[in-house]
Amino acid sequence: MSASNTTTITSIGAPNRRNTELALLVFAVAIPVFAYANVGLAKNGSVPAGLLGYGVGLGLLATVTHLLVRKFAPYADPLMLPIATLLNGLGLVLIWRLDQEPSLGAAMAPKQLMWSTFGVVLFVLVLVFVKDHRILQRYTYISMVLALFLLVLPVFFPPVYGARIWVTLPGIGSLQPGEFAKIIITVFFAGYLMVKRDALALASRRVMGLYLPRGRDLGPILVIWAVSLLILVFETDLGTSLLFFGLFVVMLYVATERTSWIVFGLLLSSAGAVAVASSEPHVKTRVQDWLHPLALENGAVTETAQARYAFGSGGLFGSGLGQGYSRLIHGIAPKSDYILATVGEELGLAGLMAVLLLYGLLIERGIRTALAARDPFGKLLAIGLSGGFALQVFVVAGGVTGLIPLTGMTMPFMAQGGSSVIANWALVAILLRISDTARRPAPSPAPSPDAEATQVVRNQ
Amino acid sequence: MSELTLTVMRLGFLAVLWLFVIVAVQVIRSDLFGTRVTQRAGRRGETAARPPQQRQQAAAQDRRAQQPAASARQRRGAPTKLVVAEGSLAGTTVALQGQTITLGRAHDSTIVLDDDYASSRHARIYPDRDGQWIVEDLGSTNGTYLDRNRLTTPTPVPLGAPIRIGKTVIELRK
Repeated sequence: MSASNTTTITSIGAPNRRNTELALLVFAVAIPVFAYANVGLAKNGSVPAGLLGYGVGLGLLATVTHLLVRKFAPYADPLMLPIATLLNGLGLVLIWRLDQEPSLGAAMAPKQLMWSTFGVVLFVLVLVFVKDHRILQRYTYISMVLALFLLVLPVFFPPVYGARIWVTLPGIGSLQPGEFAKIIITVFFAGYLMVKRDALALASRRVMGLYLPRGRDLGPILVIWAVSLLILVFETDLGTSLLFFGLFVVMLYVATERTSWIVFGLLLSSAGAVAVASSEPHVKTRVQDWLHPLALENGAVTETAQARYAFGSGGLFGSGLGQGYSRLIHGIAPKSDYILATVGEELGLAGLMAVLLLYGLLIERGIRTALAARDPFGKLLAIGLSGGFALQVFVVAGGVTGLIPLTGMTMPFMAQGGSSVIANWALVAILLRISDTARRPAPSPAPSPDAEATQVVRNQ
Repeated sequence: MSELTLTVMRLGFLAVLWLFVIVAVQVIRSDLFGTRVTQRAGRRGETAARPPQQRQQAAAQDRRAQQPAASARQRRGAPTKLVVAEGSLAGTTVALQGQTITLGRAHDSTIVLDDDYASSRHARIYPDRDGQWIVEDLGSTNGTYLDRNRLTTPTPVPLGAPIRIGKTVIELRK
């Protein structure tokens, strides 16, 4: 080729990647079935009796969702559904594996399977009934009221394990409204910031290199800060308040492109955390556990230390599924909060990294969707949903691995907990809807009026 | 269960898990390269020198990139691209997708001619109702030539016939 090389650049018309999704889904169903067989062989020396039923059930669920995505969101992102299916399937297997330990209490896997099915049903309903994510924009302030209502609700119910985050419904079980409030408040933030972002970004004074917004624009962020602190005080739920405040700061930063919001957010959240940690006994214990994991407590080391022992005994490649000693974690929740400790012990560092990468990929697809979305509301909603998801993964994984104090949130999709699984399936459905709109090829341009005029002339 | 089987399963499971991650990353790769960059020859001779299957491939790519509405109208043997064969822009191609292509020195033309003999709005090439491509001179000073003949009326363009504007030669190709 000569020096005057020239190139033609054409954009690839976004192909609809449904076949890729199908192939990955087959993969995502096969891996948990493999894991299930592996646990059975390791624990009882035989392939578990329910293997065929479990495999067929999971496969059927995946097939139905895939077909509905094909029908209702043909251009949606090909990765989100398989990754969510894989994480959910792996979580089910791990819970079933922990059910095999009699010391860990009643079997949870069948119930979790039921909640997962409900989650998939909600996923389908959202996909079918929310034809366009911009419909959600109409309910900006309604969602604010609804989210605050859901957040306040658990105050009226008795605390469980020191945190008032559950609502007990007789006959059905207990729900964690905070998980749903997470999605609903993201809708409010996206709708609010879309309208106010210019005022927040431009009407500000510059003080010491930071942009200080006006009081009336700063008001809402302070209110949200106060509300999240109040949740912390009344419900002693460190995780949810961190999540809400972090979510708002992330969305503010994305909407206004002002670094000062991040500085403010970090200052306010650390001030709040220190204030609460030094006053609230429940939170204080958690911080003490984090700072001194090897301190003796009821004659044994803390849960934090036990989780670290689990990671340590797992090593690089793990002990193998069903061959670990997760039952030794004395904590209240080896099936929910500490499920990552089981992953770390039985699959080792390699497996834990793969699982964390899967979460990372899911979050990346969400952020990618936000980049590709054409309308500002969709952008903010996608970044808020994936940012909240990312924060939740960080808070849980950080808590279990001892990076930050444990906060008692659930690992999305994997951990045992009905509300979490249902809410996260709905979250993935909304992200898929936005990505379908974003990746849909633009309609072909209308024929130019000039051409029609000449045609009329020629006809005469 | 023997120790060996369990070890194989343990490592096999990790391998499968990582395989899934790698396949997922491969799927993402297509998003990082959102545009397709095709090399094209700088001179006409090099265009001819390209191996035929490569040219076919490029044509197939062009066809795939077209809008479905346009390809529905496409007949067999219809041109799919406009190629500048000679002149300062030699090597430039424009995919024919049913839109009007304007030629001239004006900056909003589809092909901006950097040619002393070209007028600012020199000529246009457009499809008529049957999908036949027509070239029309827009009252240029130095005229537009199809083969050797100066255009006076809108004229259908056969495949591969040279359209000459000053020192620039344009052809429609498959």
